[in-house]
Amino acid sequence: MGGLQKKKYESGSATNYISRNKARKKLSLSLADFRRLCILKGIYPHEPKHKKKVNKGSTAPRTFYLLKDIRFLLHEPIVGKFREYKIFVRKLRKAYGKAEWSGVQRMKENKPAYKLDHIIKERYPTFIDAVRDVDDALSMCFLFSTFARTGKCHVQTIQLCRRLGVEWMNYIIASRSLRKVFLSIKGIYYQAEVLGQTITWIIPYQFAHDHPTDVDYRVMATFTELYTTLLGFVNFRLYQTLNLVYPPKLDGQGEFSLKSECEEDYALESESYSEKLAALSASLARTVPSVEDEEAELDHFPAEGEDLEKMETREKMELEQNKQKKLFEGLKFFLNREVPRESLAFVIRCFGGEVSWDKSLCIGSTYDETDETITHHIVDRPTIDKQYINRYYIQPQWVYDCVNGKILLPVEEYFLGVTLPPHLSPFVEESEGDYVPPEKLKLLALQKGEKPQAEEDEEEEEEEDDEDDEEEDDQSEDEDEAEDEASLAEMEEKRAQGKSLSVKVTPGKVKPENRMRTEQEEKAEEKRLAIMMMKKREKYLYDKIMFGKKRHVREANKLAAKRKAHDDANKPDKKKKKKKC
Amino acid sequence: MRPTHSGTMSKVKNKKRNLEENEDEQLPIFDKDGGKDGHLDDGDEDQGDLSDSEESVFSGLEDSGSDSDDEEEEEDDDEEEDGTEEKSSDVEEDKAADGDGDDQLSAKEVTEPQTDGQHSKENKKKKKTAGKEGGEESVVSARDSGLQTSSQVDEYEHDTSDEEDIRNTVGNIPMEWYKDYPHIGYDLDGKKIFKPIRNKDELDEFLDKMENPDYWRTVQDKMTGADIRLSDEQVDLVHRLQEGKFGDVNFNEYEPAIDFFSNEVMIHPVTNRPQDKRSFIPSLIEKEKVGKLVHAIKMGWIKPRRPKETTPQYYDLWAKEDPNSILGRHKMHVPAPKLKLPGHEESYNPPPEYLMSEEERLAWEQQDPEDRKLSFLPQKFACLRAVPAYSRFIHERFERCLDLYLCPRQRKMRVNVNPEDLIPKLPKPKDLQPFPTTQSLVYRGHSSLVRSISTSPSGQWLVSGSDDCTVRFWEVSTARCLKTVEVGGAVKGVAWNPNPSICLVAISYDDTVVLLNPGLGDRLVSTATDQQISSYEEPEEVKEQPVQWTVAEGEGHEQGHRLILKHPKAVRQVTWHGKGDYLACVMPDNGSSLQVVIHQVSKRRTQNPFRKNKGLVQCVSFHPIRPYFFVATQRYVRVYNLIKQELTKKLMANCKWISSMATHPGGDNVICGSYDCRLAWFDLDLSTKPYKVLRHHKKALRSVAYHRHYPLFASGSDDGSVIVCHGMVYNDLLQNPLIVPVKVLKGHTITHDLGVLDVTFHPTQPWVFSSGADGTVRLFT
Repeated sequence: MGGLQKKKYESGSATNYISRNKARKKLSLSLADFRRLCILKGIYPHEPKHKKKVNKGSTAPRTFYLLKDIRFLLHEPIVGKFREYKIFVRKLRKAYGKAEWSGVQRMKENKPAYKLDHIIKERYPTFIDAVRDVDDALSMCFLFSTFARTGKCHVQTIQLCRRLGVEWMNYIIASRSLRKVFLSIKGIYYQAEVLGQTITWIIPYQFAHDHPTDVDYRVMATFTELYTTLLGFVNFRLYQTLNLVYPPKLDGQGEFSLKSECEEDYALESESYSEKLAALSASLARTVPSVEDEEAELDHFPAEGEDLEKMETREKMELEQNKQKKLFEGLKFFLNREVPRESLAFVIRCFGGEVSWDKSLCIGSTYDETDETITHHIVDRPTIDKQYINRYYIQPQWVYDCVNGKILLPVEEYFLGVTLPPHLSPFVEESEGDYVPPEKLKLLALQKGEKPQAEEDEEEEEEEDDEDDEEEDDQSEDEDEAEDEASLAEMEEKRAQGKSLSVKVTPGKVKPENRMRTEQEEKAEEKRLAIMMMKKREKYLYDKIMFGKKRHVREANKLAAKRKAHDDANKPDKKKKKKKC
Repeated sequence: MRPTHSGTMSKVKNKKRNLEENEDEQLPIFDKDGGKDGHLDDGDEDQGDLSDSEESVFSGLEDSGSDSDDEEEEEDDDEEEDGTEEKSSDVEEDKAADGDGDDQLSAKEVTEPQTDGQHSKENKKKKKTAGKEGGEESVVSARDSGLQTSSQVDEYEHDTSDEEDIRNTVGNIPMEWYKDYPHIGYDLDGKKIFKPIRNKDELDEFLDKMENPDYWRTVQDKMTGADIRLSDEQVDLVHRLQEGKFGDVNFNEYEPAIDFFSNEVMIHPVTNRPQDKRSFIPSLIEKEKVGKLVHAIKMGWIKPRRPKETTPQYYDLWAKEDPNSILGRHKMHVPAPKLKLPGHEESYNPPPEYLMSEEERLAWEQQDPEDRKLSFLPQKFACLRAVPAYSRFIHERFERCLDLYLCPRQRKMRVNVNPEDLIPKLPKPKDLQPFPTTQSLVYRGHSSLVRSISTSPSGQWLVSGSDDCTVRFWEVSTARCLKTVEVGGAVKGVAWNPNPSICLVAISYDDTVVLLNPGLGDRLVSTATDQQISSYEEPEEVKEQPVQWTVAEGEGHEQGHRLILKHPKAVRQVTWHGKGDYLACVMPDNGSSLQVVIHQVSKRRTQNPFRKNKGLVQCVSFHPIRPYFFVATQRYVRVYNLIKQELTKKLMANCKWISSMATHPGGDNVICGSYDCRLAWFDLDLSTKPYKVLRHHKKALRSVAYHRHYPLFASGSDDGSVIVCHGMVYNDLLQNPLIVPVKVLKGHTITHDLGVLDVTFHPTQPWVFSSGADGTVRLFT
């Protein structure tokens, strides 16, 4: 046996990973700084494939970073800035202690600051990468912009978050790229399609936050620092693609109309301007005066077979999208004061509608309640005193449901004081075997352009029939078997006693042989036998998959049963109502 | 004051006379109080005339001060003395702490010295004047001199610490250095100061303590070694210092503070120093500096500080983006997964089926937050206006942040298999026909478990042995019971002789094996068999045999019994060799080597093939062609060559307890059923490990069987089912046997947790018989 014996844990995966404490020592950073660095640079722990090997034989739970990641951090200029800041804090503390106020002032002015531009560029080498990852940034910025201006974090951060959020919303309006909205109990989800990337973000409802104590706001603030930088650059680039002025400016006419009103309410010119922007009621100024509807027509390429099909579906999709973009065009909305103004204004403007609100509610209203051309008046209270005849008074859910359904839904179900139909999540895409709520089916039917009323009933009936059929089938099977057994048992009994009994031949019935059924049974048995011959490991996997599938089916069935029970319970009420009507 | 004093004096004398008698006297306590009062008065008096008493006070002070300092040193010095002294001081402290003396003795002790304080003071004064030649005034410590600023004595006269009461010139050294010398130092004249002649032993000490009323106020001067009696003032001072008060009685610690500097402007300056000249002349250095700054500003070198830009500047970061330059990312990078999109249940107005019912809600609340499938409770609100803020919003964002930077990421390969693909492709059972598919006949008649069944070599008859002590013979095709033979015990095993020319059935019950001629079928054959048995002639020399052979007679013979073999132990299994002459019996017993016996019927001979016990034998079987013998113990199957009389192979079954075994008619394959639900197929040519282990049954296997012609084998189990498998053995050695389960046959009902007890195939047809615990035998065709 020649050669040296290889030592354990000196090559291979053991050397590719490094534990957190070692990494920290290598970088000679405090834990807080290390955490900040990891957040900013997007370094995360890795789960090694063979934990024991990496952990040098120990099975203690430990987090590991890739050594490459940590090496990559070594050259980060921001680490130097962290150290500078540490020194600055020390100096400042000393100056405070010595009561050198001029020194304190000077030091504060020269506070070391760092920029994250290069980190953004490094983490997202291409613009599309950045857009793809903007989800969390948006949610975080919108959350921070709802914080109170005092307390948890710097006012500048909150203002910046608000500004970036407003810029983003203005961009979405200008590009009309909103696709789906969902009113959840947590907040309002929005989904937009920006440069081919679907981006989802959530905005909490407008309430003061009850700040939890078990949340580390430093971590959140560090993330926000990164996210604001990212979002700022993304916004800049997005505005550029639409030839919009950045930082956003209001359109000429909008600016003029707004200037006249409510100037005196705001002390600062800049403040009133940002508020006007945030009102989302006016369009933005463009660097190049744009031509309306400059949509590029899809070029037709000669295609064959599958490609052709794909092309067709794509064209269809395109058409649908265009239609959706102009969903509210020509409609004039008026928001009552109790509805969530920002959300509704944003959604309506995204789909080309005109929107206004009471002057005293917010800056930026464009027309009064008395305007005769208003088509929809959005109210969220049971009744309203003064009603105009030539407009619909509807509840806010109508707007959101229309957006998700991509059509203008009938307004009858959304009138004031009416029990609203359920609000469905537009993000659920049912695959085969999933439970589909009946409302969704109705919506799908509406989208196809079928008559709503009849369709619905039929479908329901059909469904019920189907279910019944199935049940019947099951029952009948069972019954059949039971009958067979019974007859067999009888025969056997007879046979057992048969010695004494006189042999009697009863004319047997010809059993209609269900060929399909026997075939199926045979197949099932074949499968059962084959499963018996499976290897242990494969059997385990197979059982797991089948278990998952069965659970899925069970859940769907459970939902269906619940719905059925609910409908059954409510049927008499409905009938009564109908009778009354 | 004076009268009390004298009174106490007399009392002291009294006390000296008889200590015991004075114990019950209460007076000293009052006296003590009186003494104290008097003492205070005395102090007042002293205030009146400072001239005389104050000096004495201070001289005393000095002494006491040095004493208290030296006390610790003294501890090392003289243990005896130290003990006593400490005791006395303790007593003093006690007195100070709790004024009323519960303990009479201690109270007396305490009071005595106090009462004659005045007296002793005078004494001491005298002593001192005598010793020091009127140098009392010199005994003033530096500390005390500070207190005494107002005294008329010249304060600077004794201010140096060098000049304080120097009688011993050795200086401030540990006095223990002189421990071993007769002297204790040198006086001012350079003469030795000798230690006082003190040979006080403990008794002296005690006597001193008892008799000397001043014992408690006597301390030893370290420097001179002389005993010093503290004066009243000194004692008082010690008390004051112990209480944390100032040493001087007259010192007022709460005097009104008078500020040295006040806000009122005085007419006179604090210092009288005239101002410098330079304070009137402009500084040249400053001028130079200002000039430089002015010049720099004029030249534009210094600019006023611009307010800092706080708002971040954005620009086109990706103006020169290069998709190929992916910096800092390696192939191990795992992008963060996006958050899951909300479903219908998260809606503020979900469809009713997504709302939780009462039980579901309770279950949800009882679950741990980590285990919950939904992190929130679905709720329904009538209108958007009624929707409250979501209390965990910040939490969820925060958790997402934590996930992003703390959660270890790993790329998991999701198994994306179609479950159908996992099922092995086997030949269709249809193509492997014939095999039994349906239950066609049930043989009823037994009233208890049917332990064993066997078919005649022609396939026309079936024999079954049951726990109801009967053996029944059935016609296979009609299910008619032709004959019932009662035996004297629960039948454990039946075996039909496989030789078609002999009509014999071996039946085992208890410790007996009966060879029975059922007289069924061909009459010629049965009579031939009878003749063969009766024609047996006793050999000349009778060997000692472990088994007793007897010929049945009388009623037994009528019933068909031909030979009766009495074994020493209960027989569990009987099996015939293929030729029909040899019969093997199993008598499972852990202790003895007599577990298996082989009988030769024609010669009525019995032999015990094994000398050693190698474990509990479960079952045995003969090789169908070659002279091999298979013995299954709990975990192994041993294959013996009967001619060479040696062990040829040992098969490891990989199971806990073998229950049954069957040999393939070709002889190269063996199947073993075990109580842990497994069926092991051994290919003897391949390995001693199972070629395949089948876990088809849910419960313990009881019996396994091969078909004699068709490639079929069956296994019966406690779960009441018989599984028939296709087990094709190829002549080509390169091809492994093909095993395909073809049918699961059910029919037996499970009684007493037992299902099928025995299975056997029809010798010619692809039919399988099974006997069960429900007392039936079933035929599947």
